[in-house]
Amino acid sequence: MNIITEMGEYAMLMFQAFKKPDKGKVFRRQLMMDFQDLGTNSIGIVAIISIFTGAIIAMQTAYNMDNPLLSQKLIGFSTRQMMILEFSPTIISLILAGKVGSSIASEIGTMRVTEQIDALKVMGINPAHYLILPKITASIIYNPILIVFSMFLGIGGGWVACIVTGIVPSSAYIEGIQAWYEPFTVAYALIKTVVFAFIISSVSGFKGYTVSGGSVEVGRNSTQAVVYSSILIIIFDLILTQLLLV
Amino acid sequence: MIEVKNISKSFGGQQVLKNISMNFLKGKTNLIIGQSGSGKTVLMKCCIGLFDVDEGQIKFDERNFTNLNEKKKKLIRKEMGVLFQGGALFDSFSVEENVMFPLNMFTKMSLEEKRERVNDVLINVNLPNAHKKLPSELSGGMIKRVAIARAISLRPNYLFCDEPNSGLDPKTAELIDELISNLTERFNMTTVVNTHDMNSVLQIGQKISYLYKGNLWWEGSKEEIMKTDNAELNDFVFSTELTRRLK
Repeated sequence: MNIITEMGEYAMLMFQAFKKPDKGKVFRRQLMMDFQDLGTNSIGIVAIISIFTGAIIAMQTAYNMDNPLLSQKLIGFSTRQMMILEFSPTIISLILAGKVGSSIASEIGTMRVTEQIDALKVMGINPAHYLILPKITASIIYNPILIVFSMFLGIGGGWVACIVTGIVPSSAYIEGIQAWYEPFTVAYALIKTVVFAFIISSVSGFKGYTVSGGSVEVGRNSTQAVVYSSILIIIFDLILTQLLLV
Repeated sequence: MIEVKNISKSFGGQQVLKNISMNFLKGKTNLIIGQSGSGKTVLMKCCIGLFDVDEGQIKFDERNFTNLNEKKKKLIRKEMGVLFQGGALFDSFSVEENVMFPLNMFTKMSLEEKRERVNDVLINVNLPNAHKKLPSELSGGMIKRVAIARAISLRPNYLFCDEPNSGLDPKTAELIDELISNLTERFNMTTVVNTHDMNSVLQIGQKISYLYKGNLWWEGSKEEIMKTDNAELNDFVFSTELTRRLK
């Protein structure tokens, strides 16, 4: 499909999705279900990846900083900065694009091919709004929580690695993670997270909603949802970094 | 009554419906029959508003559905119940939640009233104890019955059924046919059924319309279909050994 046409269809779908809810109570119920599906169910994978990555960042930084003139607290500082600025908002968002994005696209795509979306439409319900808006809302609210959680766990993982391996004293690491702290870095990370959350949920919702055919097309569109979301996340990472940090 | 007047519909230059006019009678089971690809499903999807017609009008009790804006179409849609070919039940909802869904969306009934209505329609479709089951736990016939229960939960004036017997064994198919016919009489609905199942035609067809290559080729009753000399219709209806012997 022509990319311009696809972008136009995406914009029209988002216009439909952001209409006023048919019934607030039903929207809230869907939202709660999506908090569970898209947010709470991702805590495990976010925790594991964040802890291990924080530990690896601390160990690699220590390995590369063998100059005795460099302060050991730089290891804690580097770990904190890398987790807050890039790893937690961007890499975790890429992981969520894979996990959550494919889940959204395949769920909505299956509903399309089994006529469930037609059933909603015939009942007089706006399917785009009913299915996609709660997922976008849930992602925009829950992803920042996951990212802050990831930041803490990553920095904690680095600290545990320091204690277990003895590469740097605990006190130096803790001093490092408190040094030269700028609150804006967290704000920058959260702004990125919200943009990425919108990209993941809306692009995946769109790819699921526009499935036509059968199970093969559902699989194909789910893959496309992950690929498109990941590419857009990286592009917007660059744009937002230029706009907010440079 | 539903009036279809001179409707045409094309997809990518191929005309699927060609200037079709017909009426679906109130309180009757109106059957649309025809071979695969004859335009039955497209006609039904035009009637329920999933496809826009290229030309013509569809009137629901004198209300021209084709000219209305989305907001007014929604009001007529609330009077429709639709049984899709695969049931189209919401996978993540239980039977009770599926049937209650239209009530949640469009009524201000209390939970108690909604439960009472759900019990009532599930009894109507002979599934009094399936409330907590998920669609994945149901057989094909049960899925169709739950889908009928959902379709009639708002007490619609119009019921559309797309291939209600597809994928069912003959005994279950007969039960579904009887159910549709009984509900049509009980609730005085205008029921439209798409089918190519000849048992349905002979069992519940009160008004039968035969589509052939996108044209309305023949209309009549189940008694008349047995005596027709229309060659294309005879080819279709009496295509099996069983129906030829019956004739």
